[in-house]
Amino acid sequence: MMRAFLALLARDLRLAVRLGGGGGMAVFFFLIVISLLPLGIGPDRALLAKVAPGMLWVALLLAALLTLDRLFQADYEDGSLDLLTMGPLPLELVVVAKAVGHWLTTGLPLVVAAPLLGVLLNLPGEAYPPMMAAMLIGTPALSFLGAIGAALTVGIRRGGLLASLLVLPFYIPVLIFGVGAADAAAGGFSGEAGRQSLLLLGAVALASLVLGPLGGAAALRANLR
Amino acid sequence: MTISELSLCARDLACERGGRLVYDGLSFSLKGGEALVLTGPNGAGKSSLLRQLAGLLDVTRGEIALEGGDPERTPGEQAHYAGHLDALKPSMSVVETVIFWRRFLGSIPQGAETALEALGLLHLADLPVAYLSAGQRRRLSLARLIAVPRPIWLLDEPTVALDAASVARLLGLMKGHLGQGGMIVAATHLDLGLEGAKTLRLGAEVAA
Amino acid sequence: MAAMNSPTALQRFHAYANPARFMALSSRLVAPLWILSVLVLGAGLWFALFDSPPDYQQGETVRIMYVHVPSAWLSMFGYGVMAFASAVGLVFRHPLSDVCAKSAAPIGASFTFLALLTGSLWGQPMWGTWWEWDARMTSVLILFFLYLGYIALWATIEEPVRAARAAAVLALVGAINIPIIRYSVVWWNTLHQPASVFRMDGPSIAPAMLLPLGLMGVGFTLLFITLLLVRMRAEVMRRRVRNLRLATAGAAAEG
Repeated sequence: MMRAFLALLARDLRLAVRLGGGGGMAVFFFLIVISLLPLGIGPDRALLAKVAPGMLWVALLLAALLTLDRLFQADYEDGSLDLLTMGPLPLELVVVAKAVGHWLTTGLPLVVAAPLLGVLLNLPGEAYPPMMAAMLIGTPALSFLGAIGAALTVGIRRGGLLASLLVLPFYIPVLIFGVGAADAAAGGFSGEAGRQSLLLLGAVALASLVLGPLGGAAALRANLR
Repeated sequence: MTISELSLCARDLACERGGRLVYDGLSFSLKGGEALVLTGPNGAGKSSLLRQLAGLLDVTRGEIALEGGDPERTPGEQAHYAGHLDALKPSMSVVETVIFWRRFLGSIPQGAETALEALGLLHLADLPVAYLSAGQRRRLSLARLIAVPRPIWLLDEPTVALDAASVARLLGLMKGHLGQGGMIVAATHLDLGLEGAKTLRLGAEVAA
Repeated sequence: MAAMNSPTALQRFHAYANPARFMALSSRLVAPLWILSVLVLGAGLWFALFDSPPDYQQGETVRIMYVHVPSAWLSMFGYGVMAFASAVGLVFRHPLSDVCAKSAAPIGASFTFLALLTGSLWGQPMWGTWWEWDARMTSVLILFFLYLGYIALWATIEEPVRAARAAAVLALVGAINIPIIRYSVVWWNTLHQPASVFRMDGPSIAPAMLLPLGLMGVGFTLLFITLLLVRMRAEVMRRRVRNLRLATAGAAAEG
């Protein structure tokens, strides 16, 4: 079973690297959205610094959403998804493998790109460590919760847009606690508020690690059979 | 291996698709070494029946049982399903594809040569799937049957896109599988020429 | 000129656009170009780092300019090459012009990134911040996006001929749009009073700085051309491999 899991994960990573699409484009999207912000609200550094944590998180959510629709859709379209359900691997673990693959190829590159974009928005130096920690904790939740939306809309034409609408509400806690962690540091509050945000974010992430595979597998079963 | 004592039974199967009853009260049983050919007009439910047997489609009524198989696994997990879609990734090479199937479907570490040899694809092993012709893709898709041993083969129009030589090759593989006590359920318009195969004609009651 | 003896300029051009002749010619050019680039860059760097005066205002940090300005120049030059090759490709349908446009993009994008990076490093001592949204930096950043979009388009479309068409259209639309984008950015920037912003192009450049700057400019351009040739050769070979593989699959289908 472990071998099947690793085989699926390795295949997804290999496909992501060869096609080059997914993760790279998400980072590009992240970058361009962040760059549009000063053009929209002006280059005032103090103002940018103030909105930086929130904007970084919102742009990161959108960038992560962008790649979700291919999570199961590609396998659905070429018939691979049928095979994935016929292996010895329970469907829940199939979802886990897909979500982990999505995080490694999309979530992680976004987190790596985030500090660079923080520079563009004049994010205060002390906000970087908590923001990075929050993003590392929070992005897996994005992949796992997103897997539910992707599974719900698999096989639906133009399901990508629908998946975004379905998933975004589930991202709200991640956004709130994620921004909270960085804001507490940037605002110069005591570490207590930031630590609390990080802990709550961790709880959300852990819950999504359970909810995502269960919900995703149930949605796939409902959609495919 | 006790593969010859297997038997696949469908009792009183019904299938409903989009509110329409495709078939009802369908029963058959198949023992190891036997083949069942599904015939009937389009929409009679040949593909639906194969997907139900593979566990890819919910059974509206009735049951499917595999006796003598691995009790830990569903019949679908002991079957190969080859449908209309090839389940191939253009950017993976031929040999990578087969190795993935062996690892994922069968937890078998390595080795893809036998399957590629059997389908006449060994010389294309390192080529990306994107470069293959339709017939080559089809053959690669069917290489799964050999790459991962499973007792039941569910084939939906397996000869589509295959030339005469490849059809003959496939027929040889099917006979070999039956000879080892495996079972085959195939939907086809073509007469495959499998001697002693049972035939199940679907759609007789909705022929009006 | 020797060109006068040969049939016509267009025919000459066609002859060199033949991939086989290009490969033969470029194989002889690559090594000397490498040597020349390294020599000019070496001389330029020596003047830039050791044999030029520090700026009376900016001190030693002015030396970043010797990398920044040539990179900024090449970021535009690269796009120009790409757009020109794309136009030629659309009109004359030469396979080599597609190859040229495709190969120029990542090099241009790299120099654009280098310009942004050095601009940011220069900005830190000047403005006290790593990034300032002034018109110049913002325009270069947008140029970088155009490059990335172009590269992404090439990477996404599998079939080379189709990808070349689509990418060429994008490059040309981009070329037309660049002045408009640039103007809008300048307009946006003047709205937001760039009061204390240090002007990067500086009011005047001391003559002692001109020599290293010129050398670096020439050296960078030589490097660009060398890299372009190397990448074009790689691309032509990649297409040959692709054709060979297609032929392998095709031969097997018949056999």
